[in-house]
Amino acid sequence: MRPYIREKKDFAFNEVPVDTSYEAGYLVSVNSGWRSIRPVVANEKCVGCEQCYLYCPDGVISINNGKAEIDYDFCKGCGICAKICKLGAIGMEAERK
Amino acid sequence: MANKTADSISRDEFFYGHKACAGCGGSLAVRAALKVLGPRAVSVLPAGCMSAVGFNFPQLCFSNNSIISTFAGTASMLTGVEAGLRAKGYKDFTAVGFAGDGGTADIGIQALSGAIDRNDNIIYICYDNEAYMNTGIQKSGLTPFGAKTTTTPAGKNIHGNIRPKKNMFEIAAAHDIPYAATASVGYINDFIAKVQKASQIQGTKYIHVIAPCPTGWGVPVDETVNIAREVVDSGLWYLAEYENGEFTLNHKPKQFTSVGEYLKKQGRFRHLSDEDIKIITDSRDKKWEFIEKNFNYK
Amino acid sequence: MKKFLSGNEAFAEGIRLARPEVISAYPITPQTIVVERLSEMVEVGSLKAEYIHVESEHSALSCAIGASAAGARAFTATSSQGLLYMAECLYYASGGRFPIVMMNADRSTALPWNIYGDQRDSLSQLDSGWIQAYAENAQEALDLALMSYKIAEDKRVSTPFMANLDGFVLTHTYETVDIPEREQADRFLPPYETDNRLDFDNPKNMAFSAGPDYNYIFKYKEHEGVLAVRQVINETEKEFAEIFGRSYTGLIEKYLTDDADYIIVTLGSIAGLCRETADDLRSRGVRAGVLRIRYMRPFPNQEIADTLKNAKAYAVLEKDVSFGNEGTVFTNVNSALKKASVDVKGYNYIGGLGGRNISSADIEKIFSDMENGAETVNFIGIGGENNG
Repeated sequence: MRPYIREKKDFAFNEVPVDTSYEAGYLVSVNSGWRSIRPVVANEKCVGCEQCYLYCPDGVISINNGKAEIDYDFCKGCGICAKICKLGAIGMEAERK
Repeated sequence: MANKTADSISRDEFFYGHKACAGCGGSLAVRAALKVLGPRAVSVLPAGCMSAVGFNFPQLCFSNNSIISTFAGTASMLTGVEAGLRAKGYKDFTAVGFAGDGGTADIGIQALSGAIDRNDNIIYICYDNEAYMNTGIQKSGLTPFGAKTTTTPAGKNIHGNIRPKKNMFEIAAAHDIPYAATASVGYINDFIAKVQKASQIQGTKYIHVIAPCPTGWGVPVDETVNIAREVVDSGLWYLAEYENGEFTLNHKPKQFTSVGEYLKKQGRFRHLSDEDIKIITDSRDKKWEFIEKNFNYK
Repeated sequence: MKKFLSGNEAFAEGIRLARPEVISAYPITPQTIVVERLSEMVEVGSLKAEYIHVESEHSALSCAIGASAAGARAFTATSSQGLLYMAECLYYASGGRFPIVMMNADRSTALPWNIYGDQRDSLSQLDSGWIQAYAENAQEALDLALMSYKIAEDKRVSTPFMANLDGFVLTHTYETVDIPEREQADRFLPPYETDNRLDFDNPKNMAFSAGPDYNYIFKYKEHEGVLAVRQVINETEKEFAEIFGRSYTGLIEKYLTDDADYIIVTLGSIAGLCRETADDLRSRGVRAGVLRIRYMRPFPNQEIADTLKNAKAYAVLEKDVSFGNEGTVFTNVNSALKKASVDVKGYNYIGGLGGRNISSADIEKIFSDMENGAETVNFIGIGGENNG
C-alpha cells in the first residue's frame, strides 16, 4: 500500500480532524507540475537491474515485467535515474504539455 | 536479473507524494529505511525537511504510522511512543526516528543522549545534509569546515564555516550504544543492510547517513547520488560500524579520489582557496590515521 | 483507608489509583516527592507503569506526548523552571488533543532563583490550552488526580490537564487523607480508549501541519474542547460523589458569598486562611465572603460574575504579577465582570511572591481596604503600585 490520491480534497468545518491526525497516506495533489524534463525508459535497453528503482528519492519507479516503469504523477524530473543507469536506458526529455 | 537488495526489502512505498526538492537525498534515506522496516514501523520526525514536506494536512505522505515531534524532542517522543505501544500490548513493531543534522547534533542531542543512556528500543537515523536546510541553509553543528551557508557567508575575511563536523557516530559510540553506523545514500545497499541489521538488535541503534541536498550544496539535482558516493570515495566520510565495544571499517578506498575536485563541484565550497583545501585534506589524512589504528577492517 | 500524607504523597496515591501506563519523570523541587513515591510504587508492584527517567522536562512532556499518541494513559510532573522549559510541549500537547495529566508544584520562576511557592509559573501558561485546576488541600489533590483523567479523556474535552498544588505550602504539608479503594477508582475511571492514536490497523499521520486555510478551525475546536469542561465537570463530580462520598462544587467554591459585601477572590491553599479571617470579621459584623477559583481554565466567567454582582467590593488575592500591568487573575476576573455588565469595585492584591508569608493581618487589611478604599493594584508588604 502506498500513499495515493483521494477523491475528497477539501474539508468542511465539521470534517476537520480536530486532533491533528488523520489517515496515513492520504494525498490530494500530484507533483507532475514540478517537471521541466521527464525521464523516459528505453525498454529495449533496460535489463531490470533495479538501480533506478532503488535510488529514486520519490519512489516513483517500479519494475514491471522486468522493465522500469515511472509514475509520472509523482516524478519530479530530478534525473537521478538517468544518471544512475549504467546502460543509458533512461534519457531525459523535455516535458510535453 | 535479480537484485538481492531490492528483493530483501518491501516493494511498497511508505513515503510517497511528498514535496521535497527534486533530487533530495534526505527523502531517499527515509524512503529506503521505511522499505526495510515495513508497515510495522512507527516513525517519529522532528521539525525539519522531511516532516515539512510530508505532513501538510491534507497531503499526508507516510503510509505507515508517523508523527511529528518537537524539534528537540525526536528521541524523547520516540521513547514515549515505544513505551506506550508496549504498554498497550503491541509486539513486533519498530520505533524509528528520522531527524536531520540540526535535530540530531544540535537541538536534539540532549534527548538522543538520554535515549541511548536508557537504552530504549528505538532506531535513530540522522539524515545529514550538513546544514539547517529546511529553514534555508543555515550552519549546524554538522556543517563541514569551509562550507558557505546563509549564516556563515564566505567572504574575504572568513571563508565560510570555520568549525569541523561534530562526530555524532563516535559520540553515540562513546555511550557504548549497542549499535551505531555511518552510511551514505550513495551506497544505498550498505545503508539498507545497516537498517536491516539495526532492526534485529535490541536497545538503542544509531545510524548516521549522509544525504546530500542539491539545493543547499549547490550541485545539479541529478548529482545527489554521485556526490554522496564521492564524499565516501574521497575519504571525507567513512563507512563504519560500532558494535560490542568495537569499531569496524566497512569500506576502505584503495586510493582516495581528489578532495579538491569533490569540493569544487559544489557551490557551497567553490570559494575555497588551495590553502583551505589543504587543511581539509590534511584533516582527512589525520582521521584516517586514527581509523587505521583503532578500527577493525576485514 | 486514612493516612497522614503530604500534598505530594496524596497526589501520588491518586495517580496510582488512576493507573497511568507511562510515567516520565524528571525531578524539580518541590515536585520531587511525587516522582519518588511513584517510583517506589512501581518497584513494589502497586503501580504497573513504564517508568521512564527522562533527561529534562522538555523530554518529560515530549515522552508523555509520544506515549499518549500510542494510546497510553500518560503522566508527568514538574514545576517552575521545568514548566517553562517544557512550555513548547504544553502547546504541542493541547493542540494535539492528548489528554495527559501533569501535576505542577506552583513555584516562583527565576530570576532571582527561588524554590518556594507562588503561582507565577502556571499562571504564565494560561494561554497554553491546558485545563488548569488549583487544589487547596491534600484530599482535593488526591481526588483531583483521579478526576483530571476522567475530565481530560472525555471525548468532548480531549485536552491535557494541569493540576496545580501550591509549592511547599500544599506539596509538603501533612494532612489526614482518605485513600479510596482500588475497586472504587476502577469503577470511576475506566481504561483510556481513543481513536487518536497510532494504530497498525488504521495507520495515521499525526501531529501534522495546517496552513492558513485550516489552522483556525483546529484552534476554534481546541477552544471548544476546553469550554466543554464546564459541562463535563458537573457530570464528573456528581459521579465522584456517588462513588467516593465527597462532593465538589465545580469551577468555583463559594464561602459566605451570598450576602457578602466584601469578597476575596483567590486560588489554592491561602483560601483556608481567607475563610478563617472572613469568619472572624463576620463575628464582628462585617459581611465578608471568600470565592475560591478552582479552575482558571476554562475560566468561570459567569459563575464569578453571579457571585460578585451584589457585593460592594471584591479583591483578588493572587501570587503572581504580569509585569507592567496587574495580576493575571485580576485581569481575568475584571473581564468576567465587564462581559456580564457587572459594575463592582475591584482591587488586586499581589502577595506571597517567592514563598513570602501571607498573614491573617494581611488578609484583614484587604477586607478593610475594600471598605475604606485603596489603590487598585497593591503589593502586600509594600503598598499600592503608585505610592509604595
